[in-house]
Amino acid sequence: MTAPPTARYVEHVMGMPISLALRGRHTGDATARAAWAATMAALREADRVFSTYREDSAVSRLRRGELGLEDCPAEVAEVLALGETAERDSAGAFSVWLPGPDGRPLLDPSGVVKGWATERAAEHLRALPGTDFCLSAGGDMTCATADPAGRPWRIGVEDPADPRRVLAVLPVYSGAVATSGTAHRGAHLVDARTGRAPDGVASVTVVAGSLTRADIDATAAYAHGAEAAHWLATRPGRSGLVVWADGTTTVVEPVLP
Amino acid sequence: MRRIVLWLMSTLTVLVLLFGYHTSTSSQPAASAESSAVAPVSSGTGSSSGSASGSTGTSTSTFTGDSASTRWGPVQVEITVAGGTITDVSVVDYPSGNGKDQQINARALPVLVQETLDAQSADIDMVSGATVTSDGYLESLQSALDQAGL
Repeated sequence: MTAPPTARYVEHVMGMPISLALRGRHTGDATARAAWAATMAALREADRVFSTYREDSAVSRLRRGELGLEDCPAEVAEVLALGETAERDSAGAFSVWLPGPDGRPLLDPSGVVKGWATERAAEHLRALPGTDFCLSAGGDMTCATADPAGRPWRIGVEDPADPRRVLAVLPVYSGAVATSGTAHRGAHLVDARTGRAPDGVASVTVVAGSLTRADIDATAAYAHGAEAAHWLATRPGRSGLVVWADGTTTVVEPVLP
Repeated sequence: MRRIVLWLMSTLTVLVLLFGYHTSTSSQPAASAESSAVAPVSSGTGSSSGSASGSTGTSTSTFTGDSASTRWGPVQVEITVAGGTITDVSVVDYPSGNGKDQQINARALPVLVQETLDAQSADIDMVSGATVTSDGYLESLQSALDQAGL
């Protein structure tokens, strides 16, 4: 089994690296480069609309009350609706309304935007005939394999105790993998119910059909702390890996719908 | 050697059963899927029920288990053994074809490696982990993989 040559691309947007791997018919030709350019353009557009770091983004203006939801691009309502569903499904552990500095809820759709925008941007790669892709946004990825009899993408799951090493491998043909944890950015993930970092869990990796779902569920499961694996096991069609603070692991098997 | 192979095949069976677990709780007739999944060991011949490449127990060998029928189609597992220890497990054959099968493909199960590995020995394409920022990217495992392919 000789690995077919893989072409790789990297650019940065939203303060994180976007890595693309392509193999198959279009890897380095003009068609492949155009698809990569279109993918990055879609991510930059999402950043312009949703960034909470940009004063002029629609979301920042919505936060300040300068815009109503009806004045924003239609994608904003779409993302907020995804956030509401996720809040309901997670019994409030996940929310796009997080406690602000003054304790009042502040709109922060970042937990939805990354996965949603990446999955949407990948449309341009999905359109490449006879080509496999794996598109990662800062460690969360959506992949597709054109030939079902071909090789899967092999996704390593980072060891949260030592991010230079991997502790599990996921063979993925077509689907998405997202991991939530605090290894690189400190305790920025909170249980929306308490505003505090959850206890007992080091990272949660979720496999789902789309990155929109995988990313939301990884964050929601992580927010459940010690209940992360129990909660993830209730989610139809998801599988994953929970790494606990003490280094032990739990594999969550998928529930059939 | 035969004993090692037998033990390896039973490991394969456990993995295949793990994959096929939900067949036994479903309303579909599960007996056929389960019994065929057990076949590699119940045949009792060990080495004849799978194919092996490589040579002795001290070097690196790859074993491919028999294809097991599941509700969704064939599943086949391959393991790599070095010095008597499993160093890699991969699923070489997944069900494919209809929409249901595609869903199953998306539900790949994580396979824990025996010990944590570096990216090269784990033979991975991408790394999933807590969000890497642009500032931290250069030190990340993903950065090493990207550079290797550039």
